[in-house]
Amino acid sequence: MSRLEILNLAGLRHDNRRPYELRSLALSLSPSPTADGSAQVTQGLTTVQASVFGPREPRQRAAAAHDKASVVVEVGVVPWAQGQGGSRSRGDKRLLEIGAAIRQTFEPVILTHLYPRSEITVQVQVLAADGGILPTAINAVTLALIDAGISMLDYVTAVSVGLHLKQAMLDLSAPEESDLPTLVVAALPESGRVTLAQMETRLHVDRFEEMLRLGVAACSVLKEEMEAAVKQRTTRVVERMAISAKGAAKDD
Amino acid sequence: MAATATAASTSAIPEITILKRHREDLPLAQNKFLKKTAKGKVLQFLRERYVRDDIPCGFSACALCNEFPGYRAVLPQRGYARHSKFTGKNGHWLVIDTNVVLHQMDLLTALPPQLPIIVPSTVIRETRHRSLPLFNRLQQLVLDEDRCVWVWWNEERRETATFGVEENEVVNDRNDRAIRQTLHFYPKHLSESAHEAPDLILLTDDRRNRELANAEGLIATSTRDYVDGLQGEVRDRLVDLVVGGVDEREPTDRRARRIYDEETLNVGVKSGRFLQGHFNADQYNYLEGTVRCHGMSKPVLLVGRQAMNRSVDGDLVAVELLPKEEWKAPGDEVLDQDIALKDDDVEGDEGADSEAIKEKEERMDTAEVTKKAPKEVLPTGRVVGIMKRNWRAYVCHIDRSSLSEAALTSLSQQTIFATPLSRALPRIRLRTRQAPALLDQKILVNIDSWSVNSRYPDGHFVRALGKVESKEAEQESLLLEYEVPYRPFGKAILNCLPKEGDSWVVPEKKPENLEWRDREDLRDLLICSIDPPGCQDIDDALHARVLPNGNIEAGVHIADVSHFVHADNPMDSEAASRGTTVYLVDKRIDMLPELLGTNLCSLRPFVERLAFSVIWELSPDAKIVNVRFTKSVIASKEAFTYAAAQQRKDDKALKDPLTDSIRLLNSLAIKLKAGRIAAGALSLSSPELKIHLNSTESTAPIDVEQKEQLETNSLVEEFMLLANISVARKIQEAYPATAVLRRHAPPPKTNFEALQDILQKRKGMTLDVSSSKALADSLDLCIDPELPEFNTLVRIMATRCMLAAEYFGSGSVSKEAYGHYGLASEIYTHFTSPIRRYADVLVHRQLSAAINYTPLHPTLQSKQHVERALNVVNKRHRLAQMASRASVEFYVGLALKSRTEGTTNNAVREEAFVIRTFRNGLAVFVSKLGLEGLITFKHDTHEFDPENYLINVPTPNGGSKQIAVFDRVKVDISIEKDPNTQRGKVVMTLVEPVSSVGL
Ligand SMILES: [Zn+2]
Repeated sequence: MSRLEILNLAGLRHDNRRPYELRSLALSLSPSPTADGSAQVTQGLTTVQASVFGPREPRQRAAAAHDKASVVVEVGVVPWAQGQGGSRSRGDKRLLEIGAAIRQTFEPVILTHLYPRSEITVQVQVLAADGGILPTAINAVTLALIDAGISMLDYVTAVSVGLHLKQAMLDLSAPEESDLPTLVVAALPESGRVTLAQMETRLHVDRFEEMLRLGVAACSVLKEEMEAAVKQRTTRVVERMAISAKGAAKDD
Repeated sequence: MAATATAASTSAIPEITILKRHREDLPLAQNKFLKKTAKGKVLQFLRERYVRDDIPCGFSACALCNEFPGYRAVLPQRGYARHSKFTGKNGHWLVIDTNVVLHQMDLLTALPPQLPIIVPSTVIRETRHRSLPLFNRLQQLVLDEDRCVWVWWNEERRETATFGVEENEVVNDRNDRAIRQTLHFYPKHLSESAHEAPDLILLTDDRRNRELANAEGLIATSTRDYVDGLQGEVRDRLVDLVVGGVDEREPTDRRARRIYDEETLNVGVKSGRFLQGHFNADQYNYLEGTVRCHGMSKPVLLVGRQAMNRSVDGDLVAVELLPKEEWKAPGDEVLDQDIALKDDDVEGDEGADSEAIKEKEERMDTAEVTKKAPKEVLPTGRVVGIMKRNWRAYVCHIDRSSLSEAALTSLSQQTIFATPLSRALPRIRLRTRQAPALLDQKILVNIDSWSVNSRYPDGHFVRALGKVESKEAEQESLLLEYEVPYRPFGKAILNCLPKEGDSWVVPEKKPENLEWRDREDLRDLLICSIDPPGCQDIDDALHARVLPNGNIEAGVHIADVSHFVHADNPMDSEAASRGTTVYLVDKRIDMLPELLGTNLCSLRPFVERLAFSVIWELSPDAKIVNVRFTKSVIASKEAFTYAAAQQRKDDKALKDPLTDSIRLLNSLAIKLKAGRIAAGALSLSSPELKIHLNSTESTAPIDVEQKEQLETNSLVEEFMLLANISVARKIQEAYPATAVLRRHAPPPKTNFEALQDILQKRKGMTLDVSSSKALADSLDLCIDPELPEFNTLVRIMATRCMLAAEYFGSGSVSKEAYGHYGLASEIYTHFTSPIRRYADVLVHRQLSAAINYTPLHPTLQSKQHVERALNVVNKRHRLAQMASRASVEFYVGLALKSRTEGTTNNAVREEAFVIRTFRNGLAVFVSKLGLEGLITFKHDTHEFDPENYLINVPTPNGGSKQIAVFDRVKVDISIEKDPNTQRGKVVMTLVEPVSSVGL
């Protein structure tokens, strides 16, 4: 069978997106009732759920820092998640790398000094994989942390940026990811600060800067969506609280 | 790599959007794919798909679409009106289906440019899937600014995107439905933008599709009917180009013959029910072929027409294995289709009886052989379908016997046979009005179709190349046959050359001259080049000198081609598609324009040239202490021929430093070679011949001789190998995913089984193929004191058991598979001949980036791009070798012809060696001429012992004489012209030990 055409004559990608179009985005907050905070993010056919436990007493005392909270990240993939994720166990090297990248991304952003001698555990579950596991996971973790009420400097949002010949393109699907040099950018859109820029191939510095800029811009677009989702939910919660408060007042 | 940085947002960022899915799009949102893993598990994959509203319709006056930025609407307000059948007042546009592209490409490119054509994207996608050459031609057609060809992105635009497969619908029907959507869309869309659309006419040769279109109220026509209705000169010009009759696509007995539709084939291949591979026709026996399939250690054998099922050499086919008890051994008879089928009637499809008998006989024979020598048996199968045709234009002769007496002068259209030059191809049936004029010409023929009910494919005449055996026709046909691009370099390409032309020189060494930036000045080194006589494109030069610490500095300096050829400009694209320079006996077809190849890049002596240098510090026993790579400027002190360098080295009276450095290089080369041999490098052999041309005027060469190997040949070779290996390591380290490397996979052990058995039985020798080292050692032991040529013969036969070396991107295979078997090196690439090989140019660019001299062009970061480029280079490389060989063969034939003239029996007597025995003949190899030939016995008076590879031939005095593989025999070689095809044929007859005349 002939291979994937990255960009066709019309300048469209294999799924008919243009280079700077992100895949459809669906956000849901608190899908898991047992966690202190949770969120599920779907970008295209990639779905990741993140659950946050804590701040709570460290499970291992030795790991605790006296002046700040420690952040623990665990990543798992459900066996039926297709594509690159495949069926992998928790110990898999690639998953450990994703876990490390997530921890590295969030440690400087969570106001850990507010929670000394405690631990914040983040569990990431990849439910469906079609490229961009790491950026989608980062987006889900941000929402889960907000859901858990943990203080952060700003939203952290993330996106993948690929390079096809001279054309940069955003939010790669699995087949694109396997063919193109890929950069994962995580940023604090408010300040434009980049907390993660990860890639596996060497790129020329000019291209790198261009891709990074594009990635940061895409991160701001994502942040707007996420902020809207959080606000909408807060409004709902407030409404509900108001209703129950009214109810309670009646009972008095 | 990870970094924390603040991105500077200076330049404008393009608009970034998140696509939203509408609820009604959901059924369109995903495509399902099946994929087989390496372990054979079938997985289902989902791929996402979006549909768009922002794709323009291409109509120049459309009010709805004219706001989409940056596109050129090519569809004119009025359609084409010069047609006698379609006479709508606004004229008409054509919409074409995939089969029209696949079968009528020559016609499409000849249609009047004013005729607007809409190509649905379904057609583009299907064509890309079915045939890459046709896809490229279609793309050219679309991009041609003089035409009105418009792509309608039907699957991409919401209104015409099709939902998954309907019930009972096969892929073909679904695609036809998708194409018809396009014809519904335009009138509706244009009426919304307040315009009257021209009529849309669906051009399709599929009757069912036309019927469905008519039922939906659309207009549809066949190609033949459409062309028939064109007017005047246009019609006359196009009528001959229409391929085939109409509606030949629906055979009656598909199921009975086990011919499956595309979808069943795809699923079958994925599930492992069918195997997939390229069809290889047997050169000796036209009723047999083989298919090498992934995961099978032996090729799958196909016996008989039914099993081959209309496959043509090179086609990608799906094969179903027969039950094991039906497996067969390859036939041991020579079957020449020219002779066996000479009585076939062009019009009829009933085979001549002789063939049926032959087929039957052969089956009996194979049954016998199967019993006798079970290990010869191959997995046997039948072709159940063609996955992808690999047809191209073929060079042919007209078969005179297919013309009736009356037809020899008639100018009416008639059906005739064309016999392809290549023995691996079937005869092609074609219709032409010019038969008499083409009789002694070489002609180019395209295959169009091969219907289930026919023994022969149908084709059409493209053009005449010239008279048979004229130098021009032979040369051009050879270039065409091996697909060598030979057109002169165009203006856009020549514009990429330095504007100073041949007065370009290395500028003065000053900081402001960019050429000198980061370049080492090596002009004072005693560098020289060593090449064959008359070499104009000097790729490489060398030097060596003793260092104060007793070690030796050695350098290989390669023409800095990538300084002149920049990635992605027209010159680079042309070089990429040529892939390699092709050397024919009397012509060189350059990869790069001559100004670069033989002048500006060529490391000529006594002038300054830009180079890319690899410089080692070697210990006195030739071990690498360290290596560095640098761009440089050199001034070669001398351009030697191999012979001149050898002479200089051997002349004890000479004590000058340049001679000493040649001696130094030579002594190192000897140690390097010893080291390689110890590691298991093979010294293989293929006959290399040199043709002496006596003058450019006459085509007859004076003589043929084998090339001589000097010590200095080996000197250059060793250092080139060393440079290539050092560079390979460096670029692999810098670009682990996309480094351009070259590998030679170890041959499957089964490849050697036949040779091992022959050696064992004929000579009592064993060939150990457990490793390249073991093979090299046991080849050294294959010596017969009575037959000095025996060792070379075995090496030639062993070489034929090897796989071909190939270029690959380092990310496409695992590191364990990088190895080069023949060279016994764990990594290898080509760096040393960038003037004549494109892979070397890519390697230069990667090395240049790896030492931070230039940034790496993005194309060389893309795995996909590197792989695609290397696929082309691999193919070109293989074809170039075949073309060179064919060119040598042609001249050997001419040399033979001139030598046979005036002899009593018009033949040359030569010594030959038997390399194969058949039931009805022998294959022999004439090493002096590098020529392989067949001796066939017409009568059945001999005994054939296939198990012991021998034949007992009766002698005139009533006794018998044994002839076996490896025996030395004498043969008479003559050239005979086949009266039917005009093809010159080498004919050999056995003279000693027994004359084969009358056998
Ligand atoms: Zn329009």
